[in-house]
Amino acid sequence: MRLSSIRGLTGDGAAAEAMRQIDPDLVAAYPITPQTEIVERFAQFAADGRVHTEFVTVESEHSALSACCGGAAAGGRVMTCTASQGLALMHEILYIAAANRLPIVMTTVNRTLSAPININADHSDTMGSRDCGWIQLYCLDAQEVYDLTIQAVRISEDLDVMLPVMVAMDGFLVSHDMERVELMDDGDVKAFVGTHEPTITLLDDDNPISIGAFVGPEYFFEHKIAQVRSLEASLHVIESVGAKFGERTGRFYGTMETYFLDDADVAFVALGSAAGNVRVAVDEMRAKGIKSGLLRIRSYRPFPMEQIKQALRNAKSVAVLDRAVSPGAPGAPLFSDVCTTLFGLENGPRLISVVYGLGGRDITPEMLLPVGDRLMDLANGKSTPMRQYLGLRE
Amino acid sequence: MTITLKDLSRRQERFVGGHRLCSGCGAAIAARQLMLAVEGPVVVCNATSCLEVSTVNYPYTSWKVSWYHNAFENTAAVASGVEATFKALRRTGKIKKDYRFIAIGGDGGTYDIGLQAMSGMFERRHRVLYVCYDNNAYMNTGIQRSGATPQYAWTTTSESGLVGRGKVQTRKDIAMIAVAHGVPYVATAAVGSGNFWRDYIGKVRRALDVDGPSFIVVLAPCWRGWRYDQSMTLEIGRLAVDTCAWPLYEVVGGDWQVTYTPRQKKPIREYLATQGRFSHVLVPGNERLVEQIQAEVDGNWSRIQALTSMGAANRA
Amino acid sequence: MRINRIANPAVLPTVEEIPLGGILGDGGNSVDYLTGMWRAQRPVFYRGRCTDCLLCWVACPDAAIALVSSEVQGVDKEHCKGCGICARVCPLEPKAIEMHEGGVYG
Repeated sequence: MRLSSIRGLTGDGAAAEAMRQIDPDLVAAYPITPQTEIVERFAQFAADGRVHTEFVTVESEHSALSACCGGAAAGGRVMTCTASQGLALMHEILYIAAANRLPIVMTTVNRTLSAPININADHSDTMGSRDCGWIQLYCLDAQEVYDLTIQAVRISEDLDVMLPVMVAMDGFLVSHDMERVELMDDGDVKAFVGTHEPTITLLDDDNPISIGAFVGPEYFFEHKIAQVRSLEASLHVIESVGAKFGERTGRFYGTMETYFLDDADVAFVALGSAAGNVRVAVDEMRAKGIKSGLLRIRSYRPFPMEQIKQALRNAKSVAVLDRAVSPGAPGAPLFSDVCTTLFGLENGPRLISVVYGLGGRDITPEMLLPVGDRLMDLANGKSTPMRQYLGLRE
Repeated sequence: MTITLKDLSRRQERFVGGHRLCSGCGAAIAARQLMLAVEGPVVVCNATSCLEVSTVNYPYTSWKVSWYHNAFENTAAVASGVEATFKALRRTGKIKKDYRFIAIGGDGGTYDIGLQAMSGMFERRHRVLYVCYDNNAYMNTGIQRSGATPQYAWTTTSESGLVGRGKVQTRKDIAMIAVAHGVPYVATAAVGSGNFWRDYIGKVRRALDVDGPSFIVVLAPCWRGWRYDQSMTLEIGRLAVDTCAWPLYEVVGGDWQVTYTPRQKKPIREYLATQGRFSHVLVPGNERLVEQIQAEVDGNWSRIQALTSMGAANRA
Repeated sequence: MRINRIANPAVLPTVEEIPLGGILGDGGNSVDYLTGMWRAQRPVFYRGRCTDCLLCWVACPDAAIALVSSEVQGVDKEHCKGCGICARVCPLEPKAIEMHEGGVYG
């Protein structure tokens, strides 16, 4: 294992550093708080000649992803970043990028979708895009942003995958917080991501291709399910790339991370930075003798159903934390997905939904302790409300 | 060097038959002549449009060049990405050949929904030729009005009836918009009889020689939407130019030059009379509408002539 | 006349057989799709009158004027949609292409 350097970087800074070391052919991006630092830092790298990238400052996020699609179709390695309204603006292109099977890596800084307009973290933006066919990876902290961005390049370009990847980090909580980040050498990153050998390229006039055909009902279904199955199959690539990354750096990754889950009676499931708070709460509960644990999911899409079933099967009660709502739906996004995953499981845990942190509303370990109490009630056969808005003034 | 049909006929056809465009479609002629004009490796980015949906219908494609359809309003952005990546890959030596890039969309995907992306592409100075084939309405979705629809023309969303008289507003001048962006080569062209093929093909070649963005808007008559007999497509295009409803000019580095002056400028009524979409305009009692259209055509033609003499003065 | 592929269900692909992203690699294969049955009128070519000016060739929306060594051979009956533009654009008197009623030849 090579010596790496350690720097103080924000989540945005870590993303930009990873992008610099990956040195893609094209970055087409449009600024939006809290992603702007990524774009600005990358612009400085470009201005200093530290990357060979064509840095295209497009006039909107819709054009940003469109240009990235063009670049990926031309056989280049392309990256971009956005947040919130920007992600919503490029919504139609998200579906197209995935269906065109274009490897693109996009850092998404989670910020709530308007209205009301608010620049702080919640997962409404990426949850709004959970059906677009992209791989969605949620980061705990700046280190994960750096590590997963590098892995994402390899995952997206894998011949068994060939799908775009979103690497999500919580706005301000991760994007703007300075943390200790271990970095790889430039050469190590380049060796890990390898050179891009495109399967799809428009720039081969001896072998012209037509991308984006009109597809009638007699063909469409097969097109779509072929794409869906590829997304599902990419789970094993996320695992294997995570393992290879661990061999290189000592930091092992995969579709999820567990914390004291093996013997847990009560458990929390979470995405993103709030899991850090949950860990502290779990520690406090354990200190009081409660066998508590945490399941943090990294790969939200594709959803690692089998692994989650295995991880949670022995818990008696589980609280699923969502940083987004699904208005009018039977449950918040992650809660619904966990329910579906555990549906039919004999003697499986009882589940409750906890929605927290909308619009950047703070969540602390102290707030989670009463949830732990409720989980204990549930585990002991008492009833408790299935849904809770944690931190809402009612 | 004059382009001859014999020279062109020796070239490989890179836009082939078997597509689903209507018989007699002006856009098909515009696309075919475009591909006869382009020499060397080229990538075409195509907006959602009649052209796109009819020429690449799974599992068939009429394009013998690499072609990418992504969405409706973003063709210029897609082409920007292809062109920028090409530059990066050339720099690293991964691509050796010199490619040209064409973004093609209808008037809908250019004047209206696609205007932002095209504006951005022009402003960033990507080396892409943007070709707008203008059939004066959103034809792909069934003849709805666009920013390119001429005043008083009938469309399904600008019907003439007891109160309405067709499209209320005059049309946008998309070529002027391109000139205002400082695009180094801007031209209008038309699918029409006579030597219009040479005018158009020459402009495509000059546009592709420019090291920067270029723009051509080519009138592509649509008999389904304009209501004329399908065999008349070239004649209608010719008439549009001979009445100065569609002047043919190019603007090179901001200098204007008319490339075809009608020997005798015909009254606009002759153009309107050929098409069912203007039939309500020619009804007795509506002479005022014809006068308005004539005034607009005349004003536009004078303006272009004035800009042309300014250009000549600059060159002198 | 060949049957269009789509009409024949025996060749509709399964999920496994769809190419990556539905991307088409067979550039220009639309020539396999026959549009000749669209015709309601048909062009009749008179080789004896033709001067090979090629105006019909460059005007055809469907590239259906067949050439060999820049000389007109006739009309591609499998793709000609019978629009009649070629006949109108022919500068000769009498024209080297005339439109006749009915789409079927002979």
